[in-house]
Amino acid sequence: MEIFGIPTQALFGQLLIGLINGSFYALLSLGLAVIFGLLNIINFTHGAQYMMGAFCAYFLFTRLGIGYWWALAIAPLAVGLVGMVIERLMLARLYKLDHLYGLLLTFGLALIIQGLFPNEYGTSEIPYAMPQELSGGRNLGFMFLPNYRAWVILASIVMCLATWFVIEKTRLGSYLRAATENPALVQAFGINVPRMITLTYGFGVALAAFAGVMAAPIYQVNPLMGADLIIVVFAVVVIGGMGSIMGSIVTGFALGLIEGLTKVFYPEASNTVIFIIMAIVLMIKPAGLFGTQR
Amino acid sequence: MFSKRSIIAAASLACAASLAQAQISDGVVKIGVLSDMSSLYSDIAGSGSTVAARMAVEDFGAARKGMKVEILSADHLNKPDVGSSIARQWYDVDKVDVIVDVPTSSIALAINQITREKGKAFLVSGAATSDLTGKACSPNTIHWTYDTWMLANGTGNAIVKTGGDTWYFITADYAFGLALERDTEAVVLKNGGKVLGKVRHPLNAQDFSSFLLQAQASKAKIVGLANAGGDTTNSIKQAAEFGIVKGGQSLAGMLVFISDIHGLGLDKAQGLIFTETFYWDLNDQTRAFAKRFAAANSGKYPTMVQAGVYSAITHYLKAVQAGKTDDGTKVIAKMKELPTEDPLFGKGTVRADGRKLHPAYLVEVKKPSESKGPYDYYKIRATIPVDQAFRPMNEGGCSLVK
Amino acid sequence: MSVVHELATSAASRAEGLAHQRIATVVMIAFFALAPLVAYPVFLMKVMCFALFACAFNLLIGYGGLLSFGHAMFLGTAGYASAHAAKVWGFPPEFAILFGTACSALLGLVTGLLAIRRQGIYFAMITLALAQMMYFFYLQAPFTGGEDGIQAVPRGKLFGVLDLNNAWAMYSLVFAVFVGGFLLIHRAVHSPFGQVLKAIRENEPRALSLGYDVNRYKLLAYMLSATLAGLAGATKVLVFELASLTDVHWTMSGEVVLMVLLGGLGTVFGPVVGALIIISMENYLAQIGSWVTVVQGAIFVICVLTFRRGVIGELGRLIGKPL
Repeated sequence: MEIFGIPTQALFGQLLIGLINGSFYALLSLGLAVIFGLLNIINFTHGAQYMMGAFCAYFLFTRLGIGYWWALAIAPLAVGLVGMVIERLMLARLYKLDHLYGLLLTFGLALIIQGLFPNEYGTSEIPYAMPQELSGGRNLGFMFLPNYRAWVILASIVMCLATWFVIEKTRLGSYLRAATENPALVQAFGINVPRMITLTYGFGVALAAFAGVMAAPIYQVNPLMGADLIIVVFAVVVIGGMGSIMGSIVTGFALGLIEGLTKVFYPEASNTVIFIIMAIVLMIKPAGLFGTQR
Repeated sequence: MFSKRSIIAAASLACAASLAQAQISDGVVKIGVLSDMSSLYSDIAGSGSTVAARMAVEDFGAARKGMKVEILSADHLNKPDVGSSIARQWYDVDKVDVIVDVPTSSIALAINQITREKGKAFLVSGAATSDLTGKACSPNTIHWTYDTWMLANGTGNAIVKTGGDTWYFITADYAFGLALERDTEAVVLKNGGKVLGKVRHPLNAQDFSSFLLQAQASKAKIVGLANAGGDTTNSIKQAAEFGIVKGGQSLAGMLVFISDIHGLGLDKAQGLIFTETFYWDLNDQTRAFAKRFAAANSGKYPTMVQAGVYSAITHYLKAVQAGKTDDGTKVIAKMKELPTEDPLFGKGTVRADGRKLHPAYLVEVKKPSESKGPYDYYKIRATIPVDQAFRPMNEGGCSLVK
Repeated sequence: MSVVHELATSAASRAEGLAHQRIATVVMIAFFALAPLVAYPVFLMKVMCFALFACAFNLLIGYGGLLSFGHAMFLGTAGYASAHAAKVWGFPPEFAILFGTACSALLGLVTGLLAIRRQGIYFAMITLALAQMMYFFYLQAPFTGGEDGIQAVPRGKLFGVLDLNNAWAMYSLVFAVFVGGFLLIHRAVHSPFGQVLKAIRENEPRALSLGYDVNRYKLLAYMLSATLAGLAGATKVLVFELASLTDVHWTMSGEVVLMVLLGGLGTVFGPVVGALIIISMENYLAQIGSWVTVVQGAIFVICVLTFRRGVIGELGRLIGKPL
């Protein structure tokens, strides 16, 4: 059986691959959405923080001999901490100003980080081995699925849903949401709003670092790995609706699928299709698919 | 406005007393190393090229021979307008006599043009486009280390002859990738092979699994990677993951540098076949050079681009000495006249169209068990002789060739 | 940097109204007229091209309150169009520049119609999306030569007589284009049109209720900005004799934001000073390799954190007059 000249089996394979890439988009855009939703800051440093996650895993292994599984926990914590310092020292001064200043500041930070790493590590690949437990793969009949890729989908879905649950369904999440609506009021209830904001930024950054560690064994690890990705992830967040948690998750996976299909039918355009969708969506639904206009 | 000629005249008048420097403008030979110091190509060229340039000047013994040589270096940031304004400024204001290296074809082509206008000299090591000795060839430019035709031809020929006769291309969708694909395809077809399909991916793609699956489905014996840098290493890394090589297909890299293999690690890169014009472990001289180079370049071994910078400058200084002038057009003519010889590339010549000729090596990446340590990565499978390594002069369409 | 110095001294002349701006303009023009005697002309031409580009961008954000994150598309479109016209069709330079500029104006009209209905971040994002699509188009279109760019664009003879291969002739042309563009923006900002733009920036609903067709004004400003950015791009192509993908890449859109922010958002001279500083850095810090990016990033951070008004904005505050 064929669809548009492509055997259905091959198409299944491509869709699954799209979903895997979507997992990364979802994780990264979720972090951006959390940060934007609660801080009103467009975090342009996200790509650099994703890169730092991957590098952190690499350091942990080469310097301390700590493997992939521990890195998956330690790297996000470490990079998240760096993020919190940045938030306290710099971002915190910008909350009263236009969002654009936050964007410009984080853009500058991204330039600094991405300029510093090549001095030390060059720009070619940094090797990072795949964990033994996940090497190899299985034949699904229509394609060969490496175990690691299956793990990527699983981990990403669990992570995304857990985040969504915490923010939308728990007491902590409701404080967070209330604090964005009316920080003064929440503060009056005795909740330390600035600390909450700092932790939220740290969490968003940690998600980026988590994605970075996930990417290290399969994608190229180098100081510029997040530089172009950030623009794509932005587009995902905008399409989903800025600040919408579920929106960013669903859109992340969906755009992975669409991009996967583009790679089959018109591969040259696979980097651009997301921007075309973004322009169309903004034309029809300015606040994004799941967003509400602020 | 910059009456260059009168400056040169004045300078040479001033220096007329010293015979050795009769025609050296302002008494100093200035070499500008223009490279990508900070992004994509900084590991294959970058500051390593500056190190190589310094070593060349030292080994030539310029000071002993009474020649003053200065080296400048700059980062073109991979932007053609930055590269071309640095080049103009170097030529007009800083009195640079020769520009070397310049990875990134668009910038090399721009500087090729400027150099010709200003009558200076340009020695290309980092850029790949074979147009530099084809339709864009110039009496002021020599293309030193490698080019797209040579890569395609060397790798394509050797693989088809050893039975790899069905190909599938994964091509970076830009002029460089397309040129590689076109040239390799021609070689494959000429040798009786078949191209079963091709897929074009955007530059700097992150995920290649989709393209690799399509290559897998084609059942071609050889998956040709017509891309470079991060795109190539990413493809190789993910091909290992998806079991492309285990499934019986082979990968052929069109442009791979030793720094890429170093980053990938042998377990992922093993078995990869490609063409290089320099490998540090060829003979005692190259080994000695590599050791000194690594000591000055934070432990990183030289790539063929960096070795090419060394070789090009060595020959340039020789020609300046022989011709007693650093006038760009004259030095380049002299360089074409003299045979080349240096410890890295051995003996060779420079052709009328500006192509430097030397042998090329078809290499295969070792298995981890075969390697004795860092940078012991290649097995030389074949040496492609000088007369077959590069495009025949009459096929390039260069206007300097009659 | 001497501009800053001269501006500071000019401030001492306690002129009334806009007189000090006039003096500053004269000083700036004199600076660019005399600078080639000491500085390298190609470098100065590049500064003027980018200064015009930054001024055009500033018109949109500083007076219209619209942050475009895709302005590179206008710079690049005009560049490609004029390069193609000059090289392949053999247009004389003045028509090549006009043709390129017209193409950007047209692109400004089309993208403007799509973009100006959105505000703030959404406006920035939609312009980014449109610019990425244009980037893709230029990467694919055969006439642009992909990443090799259009090389060896002939400078030709201006009006059939003035040979632009002469550095002075080329400099004069760029100088005239820059000064012309700058004065045009200056004029537009101080015209009733500019006043309405400012009113819209300050309070859009009020401007709307006063009966102004807000969208039409915004579109006009957007188109004017696109056209002038195009003019800068087309001129730049003649200076460097090449058009390449760098000019349409999103990092170029980021760079112009940096210039304007550093010089001073919404100031008359800020973009010029910003462009001068950034281009000098690119040029003179080229020896320090990847530290250029670090320094640029640090400037961004410092600007946002400590002096959001930018160099000229702070200076204007110091002397108590807008510059």
